[in-house]
Amino acid sequence: MEDMLFYDRMQFAFTITFHYLFPQLTMGLSLMIVYFKWKFLRTKIDKYNDAAKFWMKIFALNFAMGVVTGIPMEFQFGTNWAKFSELTGGIIGQTLAMEGMFSFFLESSFLGLFLFGEKLLGHKLHFLTGFLVFLGSWASGYLIIATHSWMQHPVGYEILENGKFVLNNFGALFSNPWLLPSYLHNQLASLITASFVVASVGAFYILNNKHSEFGKLFVKTGVIFGLVSSILVAFPTGDWTAKNVVKYQPVTFAAMEGIFETENAGSEIVLIGQPNMLEKKLDNKIAVPNILSFLTYQKWDAQIKGLNEFDEKDYPTNVPGLYYAYHIMVGLGTIFIGLMLIAAVQLYRKKLYKTKWILWSLLFMLPFPYIANTTGWYTAELGRQPWLVYNLMRTADGASPTVSSGNTLFTLLGFIGLYLLLGLLFLMLAGKIINKGPQLIKH
Amino acid sequence: MELFWYIVLMTMLAIYVILDGYDFGAGIIHLFFAKKEKDKKAITNAIGPFWDANEVWLIASGGVLFFAFPTLYASSFSGFYLPLIMILWLLIFRAIGLELRGQIHNKMWEAIWDKAFGISSLLLALFFGVALGNIVRGVNLGNVVNGVSTQEAHYFFLPLWNTTFSPQAEQLGIIDWFTLLLGVVGVVALTIHGASWIIFKTNSDLNNKLKKVIFNLNLVLLVFVITSLLIWHIIEPKPFHNFIEHPLLWIFPIIAFTGLFGLFKVKSFKKDGLGFLFSSLFLFGGLTSTVASIFPKVLPSTNTVNPSLTLYSVAADEYGLSVGIYWFAIAVVLVAIYMVIQYRVFKGKMDDIGYGDH
Repeated sequence: MEDMLFYDRMQFAFTITFHYLFPQLTMGLSLMIVYFKWKFLRTKIDKYNDAAKFWMKIFALNFAMGVVTGIPMEFQFGTNWAKFSELTGGIIGQTLAMEGMFSFFLESSFLGLFLFGEKLLGHKLHFLTGFLVFLGSWASGYLIIATHSWMQHPVGYEILENGKFVLNNFGALFSNPWLLPSYLHNQLASLITASFVVASVGAFYILNNKHSEFGKLFVKTGVIFGLVSSILVAFPTGDWTAKNVVKYQPVTFAAMEGIFETENAGSEIVLIGQPNMLEKKLDNKIAVPNILSFLTYQKWDAQIKGLNEFDEKDYPTNVPGLYYAYHIMVGLGTIFIGLMLIAAVQLYRKKLYKTKWILWSLLFMLPFPYIANTTGWYTAELGRQPWLVYNLMRTADGASPTVSSGNTLFTLLGFIGLYLLLGLLFLMLAGKIINKGPQLIKH
Repeated sequence: MELFWYIVLMTMLAIYVILDGYDFGAGIIHLFFAKKEKDKKAITNAIGPFWDANEVWLIASGGVLFFAFPTLYASSFSGFYLPLIMILWLLIFRAIGLELRGQIHNKMWEAIWDKAFGISSLLLALFFGVALGNIVRGVNLGNVVNGVSTQEAHYFFLPLWNTTFSPQAEQLGIIDWFTLLLGVVGVVALTIHGASWIIFKTNSDLNNKLKKVIFNLNLVLLVFVITSLLIWHIIEPKPFHNFIEHPLLWIFPIIAFTGLFGLFKVKSFKKDGLGFLFSSLFLFGGLTSTVASIFPKVLPSTNTVNPSLTLYSVAADEYGLSVGIYWFAIAVVLVAIYMVIQYRVFKGKMDDIGYGDH
C-alpha cells in the first residue's frame, strides 16, 4: 500500500511539474504578444509586428507542449486518484469541467486563427484573436486555481454519510478567500517567467551582435514588464497569500518559515538554515529577529505559532522539502526585484544596452523564474499535505483502490521517458527559433 | 436531471468521435496512401487548424463526465488504467507528429514524424473501438473471485488481456476477440471518415483514389457490422430489448445504416461534402445505437454479485447538476459561436493554407 501511494504521488508530481513549465510561459507571454501587436496597431512600426510574430512561434511551440502534457493531468484524477474523484467530483468537477468548456475551446479555436489567419483576417481582427487566446489561457488559470483553492480551503460543501462531498453553494467556489490572492500571485509569477524569457533572448541578441534592434526591444520590454511583475508578485499578492496560510493553515506556515518553537516576544525571519527533524530545530541558522512577526501581523512582538503547538501527525508530510521550496522561491523573488530594479535604472539612464554585466545576468537568469514558479507551487502543494482536501480528506485516502504499484510505476517510467524526449525536442526547436531570430520572418 | 447530463455527455462524445475521428482517419490515410509530399501536405492542411480544437472535445467530455458522473469517472478511469494512459501517450505522439514535422526541413525528420502521426492515429482508432467494446461487454465489477467481491462494488481493474482472449471469461482482459472486432470496426469506419474529410476539404490528386478506397472499405465495414450484430447476443443476451420497449430508438440504427448505405454511392456524389455527411451519420448512429442498447446501464457488470453501474447510480447530487446547467448553457452558446467562426474562416478547400510552414 505504501509504495502504491508513493508512485501515485510521484507520477502526479512529475507530470504536473513538467506540464507547468509550459503554461507558466504561455500565460505571461500571451499578454506580451498582445502588447506587441497593440503597439504595432498604434504606431504602424513593423518592428512590433515582427516581434509579435517571432514570439508567436515560441508561444505556439510552448502551447503545443502545454496541451499534450495537460491532458494527462485531467485523466490522472480518475486513473490514479479515483477515490478522491469519486468523493469530491461533484465539486471540483464543476470547475474542471468549466475549464474545458470556457477556456480550452476559446484558446484552441482562436489559436488556429491567430497562427494561420493574419492574412485572412487583417491586423485588427488578428489582434483580437490574440487577445482571445490570452483571455482563454488566463481563464484556464483562474479555474484551475479555483479548484486548487477549494482543496486548500474547502467551502460551499457538505459531507454526506457515505463520505461524499456535495456542493451546496456554487458561488462560494468563486468567493473563496483563498482564490483571488493565489490567482493574482500565480499570474504575476507567470508574467515574470515571460518577462525574463523575453529579456534573456533580447540580451542574447545584443551580446551576440545579432538582431540587435530586436534585442533592445526585447530587453526593454522584458525589463519593464519584469520590474512591475516582480514587485507585485511579492507585494501585495505574495504577502496576501502568506497571510491566508497563517490564518487557515498555521501549521503549514510554521513549517514553511522553519519556526519550530513559538516565541512569545515575536518571531525571527529565517534566511538560511537546515531543518533538523530529529532534534526539532534549525541547524546553522541565520535569522533576523522579530521581522516575521512584523511582516505577518505588523507588530514586532506578535506571537506566531511554532510547530511545537501542533500534533505531529498533522505536520506537513515533508517539512524540510516545504521549507526549502518556500525559501528558494522567496530568495529568487528577491533577486528578481534587485536585478530588474538595477536594469530599469540603467534603462532610464539609457545605458542598459551597454552595461554588459546586466545583459549577461539577464541572459543567465533564464532558468530561475521557472525554478521560482515550480518551488512556489511545491510550497502550496507540500504545504497542504498530508491532506488532499485540507483538514477533511487525507492524501492516503484518495488514491485509486484497484491500481497496483506495478502498473503505476510502469506508467511513471513511461512518462519520464516520453517527457525526456519532449523536453529535448522542445529545447532543440526553441533554440532553433531563437537562433534564427525575428528578422527572417517575411511579411 | 441525470438523464439530461447523460444526453449531454453522449452528444459531446459523439461530436468528439466525429471531429477527432476525421483526424485519426486522415492519419491512417496519410500512413497508407499518401506517398507524394504534395499529398501529405494536402492531408495535414485539411486537418491542421482543426485537430487541436477537436481534441478539446475529449477533454471537455472528460470534464463533464467528472462533474456529472464522478463515480463512473473514478471507476472506469482507474479500472481501464493502462489503456487510458497509453491513449494519452498516443495523443502526445499524434500531436507532436503534426506540430513538429514542419519545424525542420529534413527528409529523416519528416519521415519520423509522418510515421508518429500515422501510427498513433491508427492505434488511437483501434483503442477507441476497443473501448466501446469494453463498455458494451461490461467488466467484472468489484473484481469478483469465486463469488466474492475483492473490491468495493463499483471498482474493478482490467489487465490488457487474459490468456484466453475470451469476452466470456470470469477474469476479463481489455483486449479479447469481441473488443478487438469492435476495434477493427473503429479503424475501418474512421479511415472512411478521414478519407471523406480529405475529399471534402482538399483538391488533392488523391481524391479519386480515395473514393475507391472508401467504396471498398465500406464493403468491409458492412461485413464487419453484420458480423458484430450476429454475435452480439453472445455478449448481451437481449440486445434488442430496449428497441422493442421503445420503438422510437430505432431512429439511431436507421441513421447508422443511412450513412453506411449512402456511402456506397460515393463515386457519383456531386458535392464533396456529402461523403463526410454520410460517414458522420454512420458514426453518430453507430455510437448512439450502441449506448441505447445498454441504456440505462453505463457500465454493465459481468458477474451476478454486483449490479451494473447505471447513469442514476453514478451521478453527482441534484444541486450540483442543476447549477451546472446555467454555466453549461452559456458555454455551449460560446462554443457554437467559436466553431462557426473557425469553420467560416477556414471554409472550402484548404490546399494552400501552408500548415506546418510557420
